[in-house]
Amino acid sequence: MSILVNKETRLIVQGLTGSEGSFHAQQMVEYGTQVVAGVTPGKGGQTHNDLPVYNTIKEARDAHDANTSVIFVPPAFAADAIMEAADAELDLVVCITEGIPVKDMIQVRRYLADKPTRLVGPNCPGVISPGQAKVGIMPAFIHEPGKVGIISRSGTLTYEAVHQLTNHGFGQSTAIGIGGDPIIGSTFIDLLTLFKDDDGTDAVVLIGEIGGSAEEEAAKWVTKNNFDKPIVAFIAGQTAPPGRRMGHAGAIISGGQGTAADKMKALRAAGISVCDTPATIGETMAEALK
Amino acid sequence: MKIHEYQAKEILRRYKVAVPDGKVADTPEKAKSIAEELGGSTVVVKAQIHAGGRGKGGGVKLAKNPDEAQQLANEIIGMNLVTHQTGPEGKQVNQVLIEQGVDIGRELYAGLVLDRAVGRTAFMVSTEGGVEIEKVAAESPEKILKEWIDPAVGFRPFQARSLAYGLGLEGDQVKSAVKFFMGLYRVYEESDASLAEINPLVVTKQGNVLALDAKINFDDNALYRHKDIQEYRDLSEEAPSEVEASKYGLNYIKLDGNVGCMVNGAGLAMATMDIIKHTGGEPANFLDVGGSASAETVKAGFEIIMQDKNVQAVLINIFGGIVRCDRVAQGIIDALSDLDVDMPVVVRLEGTNAEEAAELLQESSLEFVVAKDLKDAAKKSVAAVA
Repeated sequence: MSILVNKETRLIVQGLTGSEGSFHAQQMVEYGTQVVAGVTPGKGGQTHNDLPVYNTIKEARDAHDANTSVIFVPPAFAADAIMEAADAELDLVVCITEGIPVKDMIQVRRYLADKPTRLVGPNCPGVISPGQAKVGIMPAFIHEPGKVGIISRSGTLTYEAVHQLTNHGFGQSTAIGIGGDPIIGSTFIDLLTLFKDDDGTDAVVLIGEIGGSAEEEAAKWVTKNNFDKPIVAFIAGQTAPPGRRMGHAGAIISGGQGTAADKMKALRAAGISVCDTPATIGETMAEALK
Repeated sequence: MKIHEYQAKEILRRYKVAVPDGKVADTPEKAKSIAEELGGSTVVVKAQIHAGGRGKGGGVKLAKNPDEAQQLANEIIGMNLVTHQTGPEGKQVNQVLIEQGVDIGRELYAGLVLDRAVGRTAFMVSTEGGVEIEKVAAESPEKILKEWIDPAVGFRPFQARSLAYGLGLEGDQVKSAVKFFMGLYRVYEESDASLAEINPLVVTKQGNVLALDAKINFDDNALYRHKDIQEYRDLSEEAPSEVEASKYGLNYIKLDGNVGCMVNGAGLAMATMDIIKHTGGEPANFLDVGGSASAETVKAGFEIIMQDKNVQAVLINIFGGIVRCDRVAQGIIDALSDLDVDMPVVVRLEGTNAEEAAELLQESSLEFVVAKDLKDAAKKSVAAVA
């Protein structure tokens, strides 16, 4: 099994006709994802790379029984795109777009509060359930179907972790990049909750980074909810200087909060195997699953 | 993006948030004439740099008359100000704010910032003004009062009143604090700020509430819709290498070590710095070349890393996903053929077309140290500077 995306996923690509959307839609189709339509306002009625294009999400949803969307629209329009997908009550929206203003995301979060739609991202590589569906921009070939779940705040660092797992013979149930922004749709806790009940997941890799307190909260949650599947974690930014934004808008140590050391300590206290370096994620998982 | 105190106060004034009268000067003569304009009595001369702790560093002085203001401005303009936020190298002061002296009754704190845990803006006040709010938060968190702002309705007057009463204000002080708080919220909200901090917020002996200091930072992702705020950017406050990097869409932060790093992706870039340190080395920088590491960006990245005279070896760590490793390899070869790089370059390319990339590197006439994985890359680059 898996979480979030699978063979039943029927995907709409928001921003299909742009260069990013175009390229990645093609990649997702090749992987076997059921990409059913694209949405680009003003281009409804056209066909783009053999996919029908609609002006609105609701039209696309109704015509194709879609349940999921992935967003490639520019940052200035991305918040609106997320809200449109939530208004159409899709099950899942994955927002790849990087650089959305925080103010827009505060509104998005408020708007989603009473909607059934789950958001992953923004500023993330997306979600993949190997062998079933890819909804995002990750390189598919490094993944193998299997039983390890991955939740990560980073993009390429996730690929690094997946690659090591695959090399150690551990396939993945679902790998999720949750995004590097200060406000994101799905947190470590939201997804641990899903992995807890997923029979197809035997262990989880958590990849965090400096800034905020999401890792500390996840550690507390793991203890409180007796999460009994092994977890291996790595926190990027042990050497990052305070007060400097390390690429991701969310990756900043401010006022002494959000350091890697604090996060590693909290995770270890919850019985999680924390790797000192990113090079040992695969072998630590091998150890944890012995 | 950060701005100067005098710029923050200009914005506050525009929103009718009370600040002391004052103007910025870049020469001692101007400082004197501003002090005269302000009425000739006591003024404060404040160094304008993008760092806190200016008072302790000797960058804020009281002048009893315009002549003294001129003399103090003469001392402060051009000085190298060292505070706990500038680092030991300090920052050169180019301008001073000349401001009317204020009879301080009470020193309070007011600030707006995103509370990531709830995804809303928090309006915070405290009776402990004039000290670092982080210190108050750590030692006596009960002295910080908070109101969270619902984005659907914005910051409400009842919330402003609640904060004012919580600070122990009375009578007209409450009215003037509420007006101040509502105005400060509008500044934060309408300018896409990421931080607005008034520390200290003072109640004068006459009962007025005003901003003695002001710090406003802005959300870089929202600057595209604020042309006026973009004009406040002061490039002299930023490291030249970081400004140069931003022109190429590269994210570069200089550090103190000697192993230069070039990586795609922020998380992997941080993790690469971590493993260098863990292997016994010191990273010279954070550099994220982004998702589309092309020949051009790789070359620009090299040029920027090479400007740092401490760098003795460079580690390139690329995990090719959508970006193909063979293209990155070609970029590295082109860059090194054009540039005069006289130090070891350790290359680790993994992911899409990694094998083709390894062949390209080996066939080129240039010298590379090829690493097979992350651990090996860290080991080889640390060995190269030993």
